[in-house]
Amino acid sequence: MPRLIDRTGTVQPNPWELLPRDATVETALAAASEHIIVNALLWGEHKAALKQGGKQVAVWLDSDQTVDLIAADLAELPLVALNFPGFMDGRAYSTSVLLRRHCGYSGEIRAIGDVLRDQLFYMKRCGFTMFDLKDSVKLEDAQRAFSDYSGTYASTVEEPQPLFRRVQRAGA
Amino acid sequence: MYRYDDHDRQMQRERVAQFRDQTRRFLAGELEPAQFLPLRLQNGLYIQRLAPMFRIAVPYGCLSSKQLRKLAWITRHFDKGYAHFSTRQNVQLNWPKLPEVPDILEHLLEVEMHANQTSGNCIRNTTTDQFAGVSPYEIEDSRPWCEIIRQWSTFHPEFAHLPRKFKIAVCGTEHDQAAVQVHDIGLYIVKSAAGEIGFQVLVGGGLGRTPVIGSVIREFLPWQHLLSYLEAIVRIYNQEGRRDNKFKARIKILVKELGIDVFRDKVEAEWLHCKDGPATLTLAEFQRCKSFFPEPAYEVLTDVNAEVENLLTQDVLFSQWHERNVRAHKKPGYRIVTLCLKATGSAPGDLSAEQMEFVADLAERYGFGELRVTHEQNLVLTDVRVSDLPALHKALKNEHLATPYTGLLNDMISCPGGDYCSLANAKSIPVAESIQRRFDDFDRLKNIGEMTINISGCMNACGHHHVGNIGILGVDKKGEEFYQITLGGAANRYTALGKVLGPSFAQDEIPDVIEKIVELYLAKRLDGERFIDTVNRLGIEPFKEHVYAKAD
Repeated sequence: MPRLIDRTGTVQPNPWELLPRDATVETALAAASEHIIVNALLWGEHKAALKQGGKQVAVWLDSDQTVDLIAADLAELPLVALNFPGFMDGRAYSTSVLLRRHCGYSGEIRAIGDVLRDQLFYMKRCGFTMFDLKDSVKLEDAQRAFSDYSGTYASTVEEPQPLFRRVQRAGA
Repeated sequence: MYRYDDHDRQMQRERVAQFRDQTRRFLAGELEPAQFLPLRLQNGLYIQRLAPMFRIAVPYGCLSSKQLRKLAWITRHFDKGYAHFSTRQNVQLNWPKLPEVPDILEHLLEVEMHANQTSGNCIRNTTTDQFAGVSPYEIEDSRPWCEIIRQWSTFHPEFAHLPRKFKIAVCGTEHDQAAVQVHDIGLYIVKSAAGEIGFQVLVGGGLGRTPVIGSVIREFLPWQHLLSYLEAIVRIYNQEGRRDNKFKARIKILVKELGIDVFRDKVEAEWLHCKDGPATLTLAEFQRCKSFFPEPAYEVLTDVNAEVENLLTQDVLFSQWHERNVRAHKKPGYRIVTLCLKATGSAPGDLSAEQMEFVADLAERYGFGELRVTHEQNLVLTDVRVSDLPALHKALKNEHLATPYTGLLNDMISCPGGDYCSLANAKSIPVAESIQRRFDDFDRLKNIGEMTINISGCMNACGHHHVGNIGILGVDKKGEEFYQITLGGAANRYTALGKVLGPSFAQDEIPDVIEKIVELYLAKRLDGERFIDTVNRLGIEPFKEHVYAKAD
């Protein structure tokens, strides 16, 4: 069953093969898929070789890796995947915000790892656009998650205007 | 008080529906306990020693009579008819049933209350000085700013999975009753030479296992930039705070490891990206929030009342209560009255449903139907007419709420401790009670004068023991409950952390130990010198010698 959904909850095809952190250029280029997601460190060290391998290359950041590893290369990355090693590790929320707001990245930001139903709304608000659901998550449940809230108070990536700028609110 | 508009109500309705569904999925086995854990925590629900504990937010300690009546009703229908007021100005129920919590949340919503983010690794209830808006020593009312922060931090998508909990306190009065310096972020409202409102920003304070007093990260932050600056601080913390060790995960450890200057550079660099962006506060939004805290319809009154003056000389109980629990108000003819929830024999901060209803009535009869929760676990009636003081005192006496101990030794802060809490190493409430019984005499307490005793049942320091003039910490010694004493702590503009006196004591020794400390203080104090000043002047050595001296 396909496990990848976009921010409307629609199931999307997934041509991308995610390669582990200890992958090498050789194993990456030998991957079955023509679309590979390599860790930022491998990308940083072997950018040229990876690009010459004839595959589409994207990058993933683990939660202990920061945006500056890939900031200079964002224009050539169609997709950045951010890993949640555990769903309570919230670093990727800020990483996504930094990618969107500070780096102006407009490609796909994909949530990978421990991606559960109850965090999807917040991820979407922080600029994630694609969600690789964990196996245990029920698809129909996850699809409902994006409408958990009709809005939020603070300025977010998805809705930069905070509530107080977005609507006319009455005082006492 | 702040009132919900359609947006607030809608979001809160969605929150309750969301938690109802999460609870249903958990009970149906669709959500693993570990996955449900942060969800229930961020809705106030702990699993405790005997039953769940449910923590209801009282935003910056402001409560209406209507809300307090609702709380009383909730404790009767869903709990055991009492509640505990905590050091974070919140309310805790000790016996709720997990499947009923969504219903409790729904009832709370009816009176515009919630339990959002009262626990878990997120931004918690913003706290402030309980005298905000009525203190004669106020620079600026902190409540509108607290509400602005409440809304910003509520369901903030980026900051719901921080390394650890995150507490913000705001203070707009000179004295600081909000323990601002021991918060993850502390905000002192200040005015520039030109009269412009801003904040002195402190960061990295906290109690717990590693107590730290916050460092100034910015001397003056113009008010428009409040939210973008908070955002920059919390973002740096979210990215760089330690996640490998729960005990090193608070922002204070990050600030300590980096040093305040390096941390400041990071925050300021981040802030440059957010500054002047959409999070920038508008004058309209500030004025909207401020409009919910108007000056009530005060009457023009004279400040002196003949009956009160007469009672002060004739009625000992009235004059004791007046001396300790009644303080100056910014308006002539009005007073601020503290209801000291420290009657000997009842757990500090506990109130029965009947008492809650009674207090709710009083707040309407002798005020504008509003009250405050203090971080010292007391309640405050903010706007009492001087002429009503005699009647109020009489009424309070009948309900055992006229304990005249505010600010004295028996006005102890205590966490619920081992009687309720599964984290505790030791009990707190019986220790508080044993001290209260030993010192339960007004003249003696008055002679000892101002003193704070703070008791925590474990290093998590919910009872703020580090910042008590005398701190008592429950420790586990080979399976037995022992108590470590610290001296010299304070939680105000002159915040200080207490120093450990020496080896810990058994529970039954504590009243004697306190007695010895008091004995030495009374022998050594200079004229008019408070306990904390004597400790600061002499250091802890003489106290140590006296307490640990072998009996002849």
